[in-house]
Amino acid sequence: MEFLAAIWSEIPAAVQNIIVILLKIVAILVPLILAVAYTTFAERKIIGYMQVRMGPNRVGPKGWLQPIADVVKLLFKEVIIPTKSNRYIFLIAPMLTLVPAFVAWSVIPFADGMILADINAGLLFILALTSMGVYGIILGGWASNSKYAMLSAMRAGAQVISYEIAMGFALVGVLMAAGSLNLNEIILAQSGSIFSWFIWPLFGLFLVYFISGVAETNRAPFDVAEGESEIVAGFHVEYSGMAFALFFLAEYANMILISALTSLLFLGGWLSPFQGLDFLTELPVLGAIFGNGIHWFLLKTAFFLFFYLWFRATFPRYRYDQIMRLGWKILIPLTIVWIFAEMIAIGLGWRPWE
Amino acid sequence: MGINVGENLKHYIKAFSLIELLKGMRVTGRYLFDRKITIQYPEQKTPLSPRFRGHHALRRYPNGEERCIACKLCEAVCPALAIKIESQERPDGTRRTTRYDIDMFKCIYCGFCEEACPVDAIVETNIFEYHFENRGENIMTKAKLLAVGDNHETEIAAMKAADAPYR
Repeated sequence: MEFLAAIWSEIPAAVQNIIVILLKIVAILVPLILAVAYTTFAERKIIGYMQVRMGPNRVGPKGWLQPIADVVKLLFKEVIIPTKSNRYIFLIAPMLTLVPAFVAWSVIPFADGMILADINAGLLFILALTSMGVYGIILGGWASNSKYAMLSAMRAGAQVISYEIAMGFALVGVLMAAGSLNLNEIILAQSGSIFSWFIWPLFGLFLVYFISGVAETNRAPFDVAEGESEIVAGFHVEYSGMAFALFFLAEYANMILISALTSLLFLGGWLSPFQGLDFLTELPVLGAIFGNGIHWFLLKTAFFLFFYLWFRATFPRYRYDQIMRLGWKILIPLTIVWIFAEMIAIGLGWRPWE
Repeated sequence: MGINVGENLKHYIKAFSLIELLKGMRVTGRYLFDRKITIQYPEQKTPLSPRFRGHHALRRYPNGEERCIACKLCEAVCPALAIKIESQERPDGTRRTTRYDIDMFKCIYCGFCEEACPVDAIVETNIFEYHFENRGENIMTKAKLLAVGDNHETEIAAMKAADAPYR
């Protein structure tokens, strides 16, 4: 141990810093990738249960090794590149989708102080990165040189751009209430008790945000970009093996990201719902459970993730024009009205969330 | 004309409260906890009807004599032309088949052969888990069919007895 400490002190401070950051990145990414793998399992299992089936239960005890088997299968499959495709863009596209989905996690506060990069404009950073993801989809669809992939890329692009606006407006409402773009400060602005969470004064924005989040990630019922009944599998028809797996990984990482953001922005992230009830939080052992901590953040994220799966099991796919109508003619006006009301409330000095 | 305020208001409340979406989610949410109807196939199996039409078999009388008298009614009735029969007179003067082939790829498992048979010789058993690994194995010869009948005679007899009152 002393030997290791001696080696550590020999390393220059700048390198030490880089090593610490790299370790932090690994500590975020490995659980994230595992979470993605087991989200796919949870999805198949929950949708199966909702359809009175059992879902995958053959690989390993109760099917728990199914995601591992899926990963191994995809890793060993050949990445087929269509002859007349644009090779480079074809291969870069999945990475372009995956990287923003992962990078966005750098500004997510997991618990008090547990954050990789506590930057000032955290929310702006996330907004920028989540919109980056669609470039991968559009480029992948275009580079495939397939009609289906092209159609899907068009749909995905139009849809994501439309819902970005409603999503951004919903975030503006949160910004106005919190008075900061820093995610940690947004959470701290919600501290006090369960009633100071932003979900109560901003309930409409919360709904709009989560609905546009589902649309942003191209998930059911807004999955026209995938639309297997019309355009086979959309932008990733031509992808196979690991290139396909990257798209898949990005989709689920984005799902988890949107769930995490919803819990951060509207449900107080790692703040405990028992906050302010001192007789609970000051119990000897249970106090740690009732108190603030990463477990509440994970629980809230899992809660919204479950809603994603529930939506997929329940709702039929929207038609393309219905998606556009919902985005432009319902969600955006709704957010504008809500922000306007909030503006008046703030102008009159009436801040119900405090 | 004029705008029906009441109707419009009702529509907006209905739409913005997401009540219909919640109703749908309640249905799927209820089924989440429902008992699953999946049968875990190799371990669990569904009950089979005595009329189940699976793999064919040729039966024998209790004294060991084969039932089939080569009347060729099954060959005639077979809509898929899956049965091929050749017959000859035996030294004891009875007519018996020398060849009784069923092409399992042609067979549509309609059960007409079984119904046409005047001596209950050709039957369809409840065996449905079988496969062929080589070309040609799909032709069930007389020997193979008789072997199936010999191996499963008790089951076949029980099945036929269970179904007899309804025939």
